[in-house]
Amino acid sequence: MADPATHRTVEAVWRIESARLIAGLARATGDVGLAEDLAQDALVAALEQWPESGVPDNPGAWLTAVARRRYVDGVRRQVSLERKVAEIGRELTEAQTPMDEIEFDEHVEDDVLRLIFTACHPVLPRDARVALTLKLVGGLSTEQIAHAFLVATPTMAARITRAKKALSDGGVPFEVPVGTELAARLASVLEVIYLIFNEGYAATAGDALTRAELYEEAMRLGRMLAALAPGEPEVHGLVALMEIQASRIPARTGRDGRLVPLPDQDRGRWNRLLITHGLAALATARSISGSEYSGPYVAQAAVAACHARALVADDTDWVRIATLYGVLAALNPSPVIELNRAVAVSMADGPAAGLAIVDTLAGEPALRGYHLLAAVRGDLLERVGRRDEARAEFEQAAAMTANTTERAHLLARAAACA
Amino acid sequence: MRVMVLVKANEDSEKGEYAGHEAEFAAMGKYNEELLKAGIMLAGEGLTPTSDGKRVAFGEDGGTRVIDGPFAETKELIAGFWIWQVASMEEAVGWLKRAPFRGQTIELRRIAEAADFEGKVPQEILDAEKRLREQLPE
Repeated sequence: MADPATHRTVEAVWRIESARLIAGLARATGDVGLAEDLAQDALVAALEQWPESGVPDNPGAWLTAVARRRYVDGVRRQVSLERKVAEIGRELTEAQTPMDEIEFDEHVEDDVLRLIFTACHPVLPRDARVALTLKLVGGLSTEQIAHAFLVATPTMAARITRAKKALSDGGVPFEVPVGTELAARLASVLEVIYLIFNEGYAATAGDALTRAELYEEAMRLGRMLAALAPGEPEVHGLVALMEIQASRIPARTGRDGRLVPLPDQDRGRWNRLLITHGLAALATARSISGSEYSGPYVAQAAVAACHARALVADDTDWVRIATLYGVLAALNPSPVIELNRAVAVSMADGPAAGLAIVDTLAGEPALRGYHLLAAVRGDLLERVGRRDEARAEFEQAAAMTANTTERAHLLARAAACA
Repeated sequence: MRVMVLVKANEDSEKGEYAGHEAEFAAMGKYNEELLKAGIMLAGEGLTPTSDGKRVAFGEDGGTRVIDGPFAETKELIAGFWIWQVASMEEAVGWLKRAPFRGQTIELRRIAEAADFEGKVPQEILDAEKRLREQLPE
């Protein structure tokens, strides 16, 4: 591509149009993998032709027309091939007019919702759901996704190909599940979006503490889902959780690039617009469900909201946060939540009370090698004055984290205990 | 990245004249819904005419004077804005091209992030402060 400006324009058009394009094609063909291939063909055609012809006035319609023609051509080839082997059956006459009666813009939003549910189908392993969602719904390139997850592009391409094949082999229908299936499938969608968010927000490896591309994409997916499925309280809960957490990003790293823990953050740097959005989404979730904590995302968002509402760290309502973690533990018992509850209890009732909970978690197999257990224990030990033990815990935590910024922070705390 | 989309005023918006614009409002409503469903809209508001507005003028001495609307320079006035979260300026342009405007120019501006100031403003402020301190008597 000679002209980088046109290339960027095509990329932008792709981001805007691809989810709707792929979703419409998937409904027409009944095959998400094929739909994505056809859409990619159209993208290649755009990259070839637009630098010469200019970007069309309605780029979405252009891409749709090209993809559609490819499909019809493909079916025709298939038909003539099958004629040659004399296997003309009833399915064939159906296939001969593949998209003639399909109106693309009609119901395209329902199609996008179907696409999200299909990309997050539980038949796929978790990492494949994440990759496919970014590829099909987010409009990211395989290269971008590979880069974000620190794997080689061919590895990510193979993961995506396998995922598309698994959907096809598994006969996964292109639909939004109904009835009892909906709750479990929605949970998978929310999990995928939150995984993408956390991959960007918490960056499990590497130097970049925040990877805006990923968490912003997750927030966009969350808002999309909230607009497409407005009746689901947990969707709004997830949106609220992500927006409030993201509001702290400007305050989370110091000028020297080091991690600034929540109590020390300059709250004036928190993004008020995101907080306002998050609190509004939380209120929406509550008014839909008619209950205070309808699910784990709403409850987690409520915790984040407690922090967001406190203008100074000392104003934080730790008693309420401790209660919320109790609610969360009841909804979804997990040692990680128990660890968070221990922190909240230590703030509400003192470090000794928190330490008592943390000590019950020492033998938890799920927390083995989890640096935050050691980090929290170190913090509580330091606060009760057991500094030698605290230092050992901080050092252990530092050895366990893959994030260099976080490691530096933990080593500094260890040094302060000496 | 975030961008702000600035919609300038015109005579009708300054008059608060909505009659005869029903189709435009409907088209704009549909467009806003599209933005919402694409998950890119962080904020979007229309402003009432400047006859409802005020200006506060600060003198060189920091003294203030309040000026009541309406303001004269119609073409420079803002009638509405959006804040969008997009991956690139090109994406913002792509979205804006889909908007149902006719016969007007809409402005796109990137919202500054902390990174835009780092290494720029704080250092200058620090330097200025240092100079000031050096001028102060012990």
